[in-house]
Amino acid sequence: MSFVRGLKCRECGHEYPARLQAGCEDCYGPLEVDYDYDAIKGVLSRRLIESRSKTIWKYRELLPLDREPVIGLGTGGTPLLRADRLGRALGLDNLYVKNDAVNVPTLSFKDRVTGVAINKALEFGLEAVGCASTGNLANSVGANAAAAGLPSFILVPENLEPAKITATQIYGSLLIKVRGNYDDVNRLCTQIADRHPWGLVNVNLRPYYAEGSKTFGYEIAEQLGWKAPDAVVVPMAGGALISKIHKGFKELERLGLLNGEADTRFFGAQAAGCNPIVDAVKRGSRDIRPVKPSTIAKSLAIGNPADGYFAAGLIAQTGGWGEDVTDEEIVSGIRLLAETEGIFTETAGGVTVAVTRKLAAQGRLRRDALTVLAITGNGLKTQDALQLEPAPVIEPKLAAFEAVIERAAAGAVA
Amino acid sequence: MPQKVVIPAPLRKYTAGAEIVELEAETIQGIIDGLETRFPGIRSGICESSGSLRRFINIYVDGEDVRFLSNLETAVRDGAEIAIVPAIAGG
Repeated sequence: MSFVRGLKCRECGHEYPARLQAGCEDCYGPLEVDYDYDAIKGVLSRRLIESRSKTIWKYRELLPLDREPVIGLGTGGTPLLRADRLGRALGLDNLYVKNDAVNVPTLSFKDRVTGVAINKALEFGLEAVGCASTGNLANSVGANAAAAGLPSFILVPENLEPAKITATQIYGSLLIKVRGNYDDVNRLCTQIADRHPWGLVNVNLRPYYAEGSKTFGYEIAEQLGWKAPDAVVVPMAGGALISKIHKGFKELERLGLLNGEADTRFFGAQAAGCNPIVDAVKRGSRDIRPVKPSTIAKSLAIGNPADGYFAAGLIAQTGGWGEDVTDEEIVSGIRLLAETEGIFTETAGGVTVAVTRKLAAQGRLRRDALTVLAITGNGLKTQDALQLEPAPVIEPKLAAFEAVIERAAAGAVA
Repeated sequence: MPQKVVIPAPLRKYTAGAEIVELEAETIQGIIDGLETRFPGIRSGICESSGSLRRFINIYVDGEDVRFLSNLETAVRDGAEIAIVPAIAGG
């Protein structure tokens, strides 16, 4: 049973029935799913949620499906880990990592959104699905479309990482490389949605798709003992995830499921080579000045972020801040998380860690604040961004091994 | 040679359903003025009452966002393709 009342424009409030629709017909603002929260409050309890298996579907009353999900059944329930060793390195005493690098089926937070979107496509009886993607969404649409038995076509920037290309094509998706950056791909995808009756997960299925991101917030709160953290640091590309984590906390608060208030401060992380939302935050504005991306964090390389206006507003409204980091800092961030916590994240995660280091050094993140880092993707997909030291090669002899160990020990001392 | 303007679905209520409209103008502002002359009311779907572009509307000239060019003063060459695209999609 669904508690969806319909779609509502985030900008002007115009309401629409729950159908396949990209944006508001009046002001072109993004649409958001609206629920009957009073009815949800009558049925949903902590005990009910806790009794269900650890996937995104344990929060099904707060997701926009009319029927039981048939794909993405294992998605969500990723670990929230206390990160004391990383915290010591950053000067933060109460640090956690929400690790969607191990989400399923495709090792990124995008599995949450496509799980909702592809099930919705099946409910709408669509013949095919597709997306514009910087990589993680491509992998996830490919996998979930294959599981649903739907053909998929996926448009990506020509320069995407090889691992993300392979991990899309393997599902039988029609992957098309577009000459240009993500913003060019996205514009084309919007025009395709105008012409073809397919489900474009980040265009005409977007209102439903974006709801999946809320589960990232629900899980953090439940894993903290039904409490919203003091601060979260979230990587920003299109700017949707940060707003949806906030919506997740606020919904739990409204339903009386939280201990205390949802007064989390939201901190946004971008790469210096693609920082339009952080730039707006630093100007004290919500107006986005688009940029041409140039960064190794390709999954965040959106120069004209559709939800940037809302993300910048949310950061200011909650007393947070935004920062950006260079490619070198991103690589250091990836290594630091791996070496302190044993978590291998992709470039976007490196952005989050490096920005957290910066915010802690600036004193914008309080040392004792319960802070959660959003780690949204897996390092195996962006290995080409890392140039590590070549591994020593030795003869199969003990003496050769001992020599390497001696050199390594000397190096560690030096 | 006239320019081709690609009209997105939400604005086709003004163009009797036409997806491609041919116009002749020298700047984006001229294109918008020309559209308004032919399809009265369409300006309100593209611009705020102040005349600036609406927040969720992007305009592209031969694939380039006019915000990287000269906004409404951007010159349009003969035969250019101008796309009006709602900014409602994202990664």
